[in-house]
Amino acid sequence: MCNADESEPGTFKDRVLMEGDPFSVIEAMTIAGYAIGARTGYLYIRGEYPRALRHLENAITLARGRGLLGPDVLGSGFAFDIEIRRGAGAYICGEETAIFGSIEGQRGEPRSKPPFPVEKGLFGKPTAVNNVETLVNVLPILLMGGPAYAAVGTDQSTGPKLFCLSGGVRRPGLYELPFGATLRDLVEAAGGMPEGRTIQAVLLGGAAGAFVRGDELDIPLTFEGARAAGTTLGSGVVLVLDDTADLVATLVRVAAFFRDESCGQCVPCRVGTVRQEESLLRIRGGGDPESEVALLREVGRAMKDASICGLGQTAWNAVESAIDRLGLFEESETEEAR
Amino acid sequence: MTVPVLLAPPRRLIDATIDGEQVRVPEGTTVLEACSGMGTDIPTLCYGDTLTPRNACRVCVVEVEGARTLVPACSRKLEPGMSVATDSERVRHSRKMVLELLGSSVDLSTTPQVDEWMERYDAEPDRFGPRAEAAALGVRDARHAGDHEPGDGSVAETVEQPVKVDNDLYVRDYSKCIMCYKCVDACGDQWQNTFAIGVAGRGFDARISTEHDVTLPDSACVYCGNCIEVCPTGALSFRTEFDMRQAGTWDEEKQSETTTVCTYCGVGCNVTLHVQENEIVKVTSPHDNPVTHGNLCIKGRFGFQHVQRRGDG
Repeated sequence: MCNADESEPGTFKDRVLMEGDPFSVIEAMTIAGYAIGARTGYLYIRGEYPRALRHLENAITLARGRGLLGPDVLGSGFAFDIEIRRGAGAYICGEETAIFGSIEGQRGEPRSKPPFPVEKGLFGKPTAVNNVETLVNVLPILLMGGPAYAAVGTDQSTGPKLFCLSGGVRRPGLYELPFGATLRDLVEAAGGMPEGRTIQAVLLGGAAGAFVRGDELDIPLTFEGARAAGTTLGSGVVLVLDDTADLVATLVRVAAFFRDESCGQCVPCRVGTVRQEESLLRIRGGGDPESEVALLREVGRAMKDASICGLGQTAWNAVESAIDRLGLFEESETEEAR
Repeated sequence: MTVPVLLAPPRRLIDATIDGEQVRVPEGTTVLEACSGMGTDIPTLCYGDTLTPRNACRVCVVEVEGARTLVPACSRKLEPGMSVATDSERVRHSRKMVLELLGSSVDLSTTPQVDEWMERYDAEPDRFGPRAEAAALGVRDARHAGDHEPGDGSVAETVEQPVKVDNDLYVRDYSKCIMCYKCVDACGDQWQNTFAIGVAGRGFDARISTEHDVTLPDSACVYCGNCIEVCPTGALSFRTEFDMRQAGTWDEEKQSETTTVCTYCGVGCNVTLHVQENEIVKVTSPHDNPVTHGNLCIKGRFGFQHVQRRGDG
């Protein structure tokens, strides 16, 4: 199963891969299918990617015509084909178990784990779910060989990584850097900041990720480096907010996003995201930051601990990091903002 | 003639620890089952004894040593060597928050035991601010996914709306709905296979709905009332109960329960008649009954009027 429901805000790497080289996705899925003995690959693509869909449909048709997909792939006797399923716009359907429900014709809701997808996944069968970037990485591994691929990057994060850079930098876009490059390298690769602008904060990992300060650009962009710095690479989102950005408004927007995108299944997420948004709105309207932050922490902790899936568990990350790392809502800060 | 006795395949016994106490249970036992076996009380709302656990309400969460998040006791099976804490600070915090989040957004006035739990976990549902005004009938049903009016945070959003009264047999008071999914599962593939109701909408606007929000008489509903049987909050109730509560005459103290066999057909379902002042006011069915596990049809559930026609002749 190829998860192409790339819906983390600020993520566009899989879109570039699918639109630019749809054949690489097909090849990678075929290899993955061969490796695990699967005969059908499902490609679940988000509904908002019509061009990627057209390119993939065209590529799949051509691949079938050339015998690269079908009952006898390349005359090897291995049968493999790919079915495309389109999402209908829900963020939650990119969750690795909600995607099964969506394909099966059920409500797109995360399932309780265990059982994990590799034990009981799509239609109750063992399923390997990976996103487009992960699958496409199979190709350089086969071409270069494992050791050569692993030589790129760091010990624990190997290979190249795609970063979706957006926000106030000179040339936002998709950047491929070896794991281990720092945040500063990435920002410099994009031409740095425009004249007179400085970096206020960087949101790593998208809405479900966490903020770092503008003076923390030496964080290495690796899984272990991000974890050590108390943040996450997530889907590779690097959103740079310059000194003119309204952080509170950004947080309110993130909270609204999670409220809208919660599937509504479990209480901590369904109601917690509403209470989180209400509290941030009160702060923006001049409420007492101290008591609101205490309330936010309590709601956030329950969402993180007791939600069914990653959506609820991470819905408070950005707000928490803005409070703890950026010092937002400390008395002096809010005084200034007023 | 000898008759073979059918036995379930033997189950391996596993050892685990709950609150520091060693337990030995058959493989496949859930944390909740093991806890009730040893007398440890765990609050539950969406758990149903006749249904597959949905683990949606999260009020039963417990802490498993080494797990990143808390796990629902109702569905998580004990594993060998697992160490479970059912009353740690982390557990108590999440239970308190779940109760507060529900209490601040849903009318829990007819939910059994919830007051006791609120007290046990020091829950204060009012601290999210005054409750928002209830929505007009149909407003919540017309909301679109991914769209909401943010407001200014001065009032706490609720799911409250007027009661849906569209037939003579039962009412739907979705102000009391905690979205436990039990009615949907009972109506759908777990028991009745009627599929008259499902979950519509997303997030806070998620709601139980008939197809295209049609009234019950226009829906696929067959009035078996099995949804009422499993509803944990009183959101679904008999019309008789609803009318009596409105009139202030509903009094469970004055009610007696008599379990008997339904006389309509030969299946042999058990019905429990709830009688107040010599009138049948509600019918339930024992969940441990081997014939129907608490399920009935429209006749057993609602067809009791002829029993109490007295007088004229």
